Amino acid sequence: MTSGDSDGLVVDAEVRRGSFVLAVSLTAAPGQVLGVLGPNGAGKSTLLSAVAGLTPVAAGRITLAGQAMDDAEAGAFVEASGRPVGFVFQNYRLFPHLTVAENVAFSPRARGLGKRAARSAASYWLERLRLSDLADRKPDQLSGGQAQRVALARALAGQPALLLLDEPLSALDAGTRLDVQTELKRHLADFAGPCLLVTHDPLEALVLADQLIVLEGGRIVQEGTPAQIARRPATDYVAKLVGLNLYEGHASGSRVSLNGGGSFVIPDRDQHGDVLVAVRPSAVVVSSQPPVASSARNIWPGRIAGLTLLADRVRLDLDGQPAVLVDVTPAAVAELSLDRGSEVWLTVKATDLEVYPRAEREPA
Amino acid sequence: MTFTTPSHLTARERARRAARGGPSRSVPVPLLVPALIAIGFLVLPLAGLLIRAPWGDLGAALSGADATQALILSLWTASASTAISLVIGVPLAWVLARSSFPGQRLLRALVTLPLVLPPVVGGVALLLAFGRTGFLGQYLDDWFGLTIPFTPIAVVMAETFVAMPFLIITVEGALRSADQGFEEAAATLGAKRMTVFRRVTVPLVAPSLGAGAVLCWARALGEFGATITFAGSLPGQTETMPIAVYYALETDPDAAIALSLVLLVVSITVLVSLRDRWIRRGPVS
Repeated sequence: MTSGDSDGLVVDAEVRRGSFVLAVSLTAAPGQVLGVLGPNGAGKSTLLSAVAGLTPVAAGRITLAGQAMDDAEAGAFVEASGRPVGFVFQNYRLFPHLTVAENVAFSPRARGLGKRAARSAASYWLERLRLSDLADRKPDQLSGGQAQRVALARALAGQPALLLLDEPLSALDAGTRLDVQTELKRHLADFAGPCLLVTHDPLEALVLADQLIVLEGGRIVQEGTPAQIARRPATDYVAKLVGLNLYEGHASGSRVSLNGGGSFVIPDRDQHGDVLVAVRPSAVVVSSQPPVASSARNIWPGRIAGLTLLADRVRLDLDGQPAVLVDVTPAAVAELSLDRGSEVWLTVKATDLEVYPRAEREPA
Repeated sequence: MTFTTPSHLTARERARRAARGGPSRSVPVPLLVPALIAIGFLVLPLAGLLIRAPWGDLGAALSGADATQALILSLWTASASTAISLVIGVPLAWVLARSSFPGQRLLRALVTLPLVLPPVVGGVALLLAFGRTGFLGQYLDDWFGLTIPFTPIAVVMAETFVAMPFLIITVEGALRSADQGFEEAAATLGAKRMTVFRRVTVPLVAPSLGAGAVLCWARALGEFGATITFAGSLPGQTETMPIAVYYALETDPDAAIALSLVLLVVSITVLVSLRDRWIRRGPVS
């Protein structure tokens, strides 16, 4: 994963903030959108802050196109203002005393262009992000979606070699979010350099990122394509985000004994050792009697601990060996007269189990 | 528990409580009486000034060469000391708010000392430093033939000494509470530290900067103790308005009242401008 002479961004560093330690090793290739997904306090913003030069690393180095931006061992450090970075902050941080056009012209001007050249660079980006009509407005006269576009234009106008986005859509209401997301995806596709996109929203990560890393407690707990991560989550946090049941267990042959109790029959006969088993909530069938003529090999009793209505289905929270979340139709709830405390039988086909080796976590 | 007897609640008060909530807003007597005394104490003397003013010969009282000279001297020295305070005080406010070094707390205490120091002590201190035999003044005299005390320069120095801390603490407070996220954003956009200061930091604290400058100017305009000690009271040279008022009270009370009225009008103007421009709007967030 770590190579010193990549064209893109290479981070192999430790950042300390008080007692919090972020230790990551990642690369982002030019043109790639690397999503950084994680819960609050996982160190996502600290990572961006280190890459931008707002927080120096405590150990290791950060390089862009082979050039060191921060190197704790060598003592080299490029100040934030000297890094070819465009940063879109979570709440945008648009300068309230400047107009939209002046905000966008800020970076070209600060990076040495004359007034006239900076203004024309700004008008190019205003045009590209369909902001020309808003050029003379102040930031407090913009809607959330407009402010987001201005923040992106302001970051891009400095012609950065690296783009950093901190929760770019989290300040938006649900209505405008999808539109802005679609547009953001287009602009990210046009950006030639590497892009680091931090989010705690799995949908945002799945839609916008080419490659994902999952950060928890300052460590990378999983990396892969969005599809891989959605299908085979490595931690409970990711499993919850993508809506899967996840079990740790030990496989021998065609059977997995689960650490939390219970076992599964699995299709892969050659799995051995520590594995994870992911189960979609809709893959589990609920019945009031033990199924007789089922070809499914995993059948166990459970007791309903809770019911939640989710749009067109009902999520059952079931105690049992193992405990499981199951999605059923509202009609099924009525027909089986399911309620809290109901005893039911659960069935899942071996082929609906996603079984994969438990990866060694990064040493803490 | 028993009900207290109902008291009369006017329809207007009913509507107010319903709309904005909260309990009764009538003032309890133990608070009302001292509050009224305080109002009287603050307002009555000013009313006295207005009552005793020689409205008929106001023009005559003010037309004396001394009054005009004093007014002009006061206006330009207060403005000069405010300008000096802006040029050197704002950077100091930044240093106090943003950098860290050993002895910073001590420095802050020293800088704000003139706020609580009796101005006359400040004047004595200035005299001992910049007087003809002062530890700095003697060299200025020997090397450059420069004598500061009892000149308009001394007036400006005395006013700056007393007034600049007002600007410094106002701006420092604003810098401390300002959102440094904007400065970080500016840095990621390629702005070096001086550019950040000029294009982001200063504009963001502009309301406080303005308020601090007005306070500073008003304090400089009213300066008496340090000025009379360090600069004396030479008419046309160092006799500012407050000093002119003080001397006029002995010789020509009507002129003293007229001059006081002028200062009162200037102060009210300052207060009104401060209120409309800065206090009500508050800092930009």
